[in-house]
Amino acid sequence: MFPPVPNPTTQPEAPRFGEKDLIRRSASTVTPPAERQTEVAKLIDVSKCIGCKACQSACIEWNDTHPAIETNTGIYENPHDLTPDMFTLMRFTEWENPETNNLEWLIRKDGCMHCEDPGCLKACPAPGAIVQYSNGIVDFVHENCIGCGYCIKGCPFNIPRISQVDHTAYKCTLCSDRVAVGQGPACAKACPTQAIVWGTKDEMKEWAADRVEDLKSRGFENAGLYDPPGVGGTHVMYVLHHADQPQLYSNLPENPRISPVVEAWKGVTKYAGLAVLGIAAATGFMHYLVAGPNRVSEEDEEAAERLTGEGRS
Amino acid sequence: MSIDVKANGNYEVGKDERVHPGKPVVVDRYTAGARINHWITATSLVLLALSGLALFHPSLFFLTGLFGGGQLTRIIHPWIGVILFFSFFGLFLRFWKANLWRRDDSDWLAHGRDVLAGHEERAPEVGKYNAGQKLVFWSMSALIIVLITSGVVIWDQYFSVFTTVEQKRWAVLVHSIAAIVAICVWIIHVYSAFWVRGTIRAMTRGSVTGGWAWRHHRKWLRDLVARTPHDKSGRTPAE
Ligand code: HEM
Ligand code: SF4
Ligand code: SF4
Repeated sequence: MFPPVPNPTTQPEAPRFGEKDLIRRSASTVTPPAERQTEVAKLIDVSKCIGCKACQSACIEWNDTHPAIETNTGIYENPHDLTPDMFTLMRFTEWENPETNNLEWLIRKDGCMHCEDPGCLKACPAPGAIVQYSNGIVDFVHENCIGCGYCIKGCPFNIPRISQVDHTAYKCTLCSDRVAVGQGPACAKACPTQAIVWGTKDEMKEWAADRVEDLKSRGFENAGLYDPPGVGGTHVMYVLHHADQPQLYSNLPENPRISPVVEAWKGVTKYAGLAVLGIAAATGFMHYLVAGPNRVSEEDEEAAERLTGEGRS
Repeated sequence: MSIDVKANGNYEVGKDERVHPGKPVVVDRYTAGARINHWITATSLVLLALSGLALFHPSLFFLTGLFGGGQLTRIIHPWIGVILFFSFFGLFLRFWKANLWRRDDSDWLAHGRDVLAGHEERAPEVGKYNAGQKLVFWSMSALIIVLITSGVVIWDQYFSVFTTVEQKRWAVLVHSIAAIVAICVWIIHVYSAFWVRGTIRAMTRGSVTGGWAWRHHRKWLRDLVARTPHDKSGRTPAE
């Protein structure tokens, strides 16, 4: 068993990270802190999950959200998708393993992956609406959010959702408020099987290595850790029994990365766009300096008067 | 709006365009309706450019202040887009015929250098619009269609469920590029109106001087004069 985070003290505590620990801030440049905090991570061991949704309940409770009560359409997902009120969602897949002919119930806890290279933050146009702390947590700051939905286009995991109530974007915070006072995320605390564990990123990788070894010894030879390099690694990682086929788990992307379309939009388009506008304005200005105004002359007026018959009398 | 169309289908002169002899000669160019329509379009376009650019680059985010903050900018921009679309559609209906491309236009364009150097007389005589104006007209028409189409796709508040995230990614890329091109066309349009003195009053007072028409749109002036039932003396002008 991985040692769980001890219960908090009853004494007030100063937050362990804040503004000074930002390594990225949307639509802004920040000077990263000289020293990076130890990177944290949440490890979700899919092979241990029993689908009880205690994590979902804990998330709702801690964040005080009120997901709508939906109708049962014959599947286990509830609600049917991530919503502005449901930051994490158990997704269920029934898969018949062609090698063993066994029915496998693959349950994945979906939610923000807290990418090291977050596409949401890259896409966001509002200064400070998305921040990344040096411990790896990517957080949305609602008072700066303008509700444009660009983060949805930037995210390779389709995570953020815009509230139709306050028109700002919501997603898992990795319980930044709990972590700031030395606690782990609510979901990790609630999980009865230790399918969710919490610690530093290094600890989680080590722990995952043991789990992978164990799974391999039980015949899951493709077991492995999901820490996708395309987004620089993530601060929420999965242990998968079929790490060679992440798409099996409700379309977990095989090689997620910020879409090249987003890179083009947020990269070359911006620089080239502003340059082109500048050049257009400057060209007009230069032309005016060189050519001067194009004025109608006296002769032009006279010619028109002749044409209309006035000038002849 | 009705306009005179000769048998070949080409625009010659509009029925509200009139020559008033005098010193100087005054030529009606735009009706009050057309001018109001134009200024609604112009205002919307400028507001769209400002509110759009605010989201386009962080260094321009301060422009959201003009609209009462980021949330309001995000809300208002697409609605102004809808106004622009319908307003421009009005202009399109008014002006499309006069903007049809003719052989002369290609010749005129070949003299682009002369025109820019102030030697318009070396280029063929021009009807109501010259080739440059026609290019502005058609490129704006195309760009506004691209902008409204891509704009609706990224209008998440109402339309997010109709498209996939991947389609929205393309739409926002297309929208931002089209916006930049549209703003460039706008710069060309405004600069030309400013550079060619005597043009702006066509859209404010509705009329231009005869000299302006003679210098820049001689064929249009000739056609107008040829059509005009002459002054009280009963003489035909330009016989
Ligand atoms: C014609 C109808 C239009 C519609 C429906 C529309 C809609 C939108 C929407 C929904 C956005 C995303 C931000 C937001 O939600 O407010 C946006 C962004 C933008 N729009 Fe428009 N728009 C239109 C026309 C225009 C025009 C005419 C221009 C410029 C002349 C323009 C320039 C921009 C720019 C620069 C952005 C920011 C793109 C970026 O962040 O890279 N839009 N537009
Ligand atoms: S998973 Fe999506 S929302 Fe979460 S940090 Fe990565 S890009 Fe942002
Ligand atoms: S909706 Fe997303 S991209 Fe837009 S301002 Fe809010 S956090 Fe940033």
